Amino acid sequence: MPLKGDRLPGSDLFTRRINRAPSPLLATAVPWITIAWASLLPLSPVIASAPVLPPLAFMFLVAWRLLRPGLLPLWAGAPLGLIDDLYSGQPFGSGVLLFSITMIGLEQVDGWLRWRGFWQDWLVASVVIAIYLFLAHIFAVFAGGTFHPAVIVPQLLLSFIAFPLLTRVIAILDLLRLARVRVLG
Amino acid sequence: MAPPQNRPGVSRSGFSKKAQFGLFTSYVAAISGAALGFVLLVISLVSPSSFTFARNAAADVAAPAGQLSAASRSTGKSVIDVISGYIEAGSKNARLKEELAIARSRLAEAEAIRSENVRLKALLGVRETDGKAVTAARLIGSTASSTRRFALLSAGKRDGVQVGQPVRSATGLVGRVLEVGNRTARVLLITDGESVVPVRRVNGDISGFAQGQADGTLIIRLIDLGINPLRKGDVLVTSGSGGLYRPNVPVATVANVTRDGAVARIVSDPAASEFVVVEPIWQPITELRAPAAQAAE
Repeated sequence: MPLKGDRLPGSDLFTRRINRAPSPLLATAVPWITIAWASLLPLSPVIASAPVLPPLAFMFLVAWRLLRPGLLPLWAGAPLGLIDDLYSGQPFGSGVLLFSITMIGLEQVDGWLRWRGFWQDWLVASVVIAIYLFLAHIFAVFAGGTFHPAVIVPQLLLSFIAFPLLTRVIAILDLLRLARVRVLG
Repeated sequence: MAPPQNRPGVSRSGFSKKAQFGLFTSYVAAISGAALGFVLLVISLVSPSSFTFARNAAADVAAPAGQLSAASRSTGKSVIDVISGYIEAGSKNARLKEELAIARSRLAEAEAIRSENVRLKALLGVRETDGKAVTAARLIGSTASSTRRFALLSAGKRDGVQVGQPVRSATGLVGRVLEVGNRTARVLLITDGESVVPVRRVNGDISGFAQGQADGTLIIRLIDLGINPLRKGDVLVTSGSGGLYRPNVPVATVANVTRDGAVARIVSDPAASEFVVVEPIWQPITELRAPAAQAAE
């Protein structure tokens, strides 16, 4: 059975063997679970008095979307943004809106671009993350913050640097996603 | 690389009616998702407390994870403390002994002043709560990637925490409680742009407001405009006006003096304090007893 988004060379790695087969549940659920898990970043040991950490859940979403187009449905932004909103501290709805727009936007970008590559993905992700952080800051200002765009610069730079690393993490998670698990019969 | 038409997952439906319909519905779903987000955003901007219940429930659910990471944070910190403690033990010991001697005599003075204060306040009939803490708890999370500055506290309604209560660490003011869940509470840190703390300089009669700037510093605005009397290194403490924050809790030290105020650095870095204390609201209702009523008694 071909799995959604499975286009690795050497895909016999992921074919069925005796008592072991890739699980369709795992293949679908892993991106959702990892993005939702990254939304729990605010509960990490870091207690920050300034915004320093990159928006991990959003970066996971962008990385999954760029590495495995079509794996997450187009509407995936809304539920994942909702989970992020519960913990992020942004005004409620900011994540739902921005995640949704990002999914639609990346779909359009995919239509324009003729091919795919590491540098191009990095560039696209950097632009998207920069826009996301800026708009998120604007929403935070409306909710009672002070307008201070310089405050997002440290986390922006950190996000730029961290993105290629994150794509490696996604690649590992992707192997996990298609791993053979024990089946009966 | 394959041309985009043949790539999986990219929305090219071709002539297949079924694929066209699938693409259409997914766009409808995505756009209505975005519209829903916009509506939620507008609602939460108009009335910020609308989704408190959802956030609190989510925080209550995730609290154990936060507890765990808070514990690991304090362990990691203590390892570093132990190592650095060995390196500078001798010189530190001598210095601390000297400081202790000075602090003892200061403490005696402070005790005397405190008892005098209690007596004078009783005379005035000022209504205020005693200094007993509501509860002590850990900070189990903070909005580290948002430009709003909130922290999550591992105590909630169950522990007697109420909205508005100030939160402090051993070294200084951390923030105040904004939303209360069953087992957790959301704290507005003093570095958030929405937080305004009435402060005064620890020596001298200069009072003003400390507003958060979201980048870890505070902006100090003085009440009396004129020549700016602040100096670099001045310590600012809460002044007690407004009745929310108990006076004389350290807030910040002046880092840069500006034309009509200063930029100050917070004294109590929330990351450095393992436990924080929730205090009762200082003067729940600020009203002095009318002299006539007193006379009637």
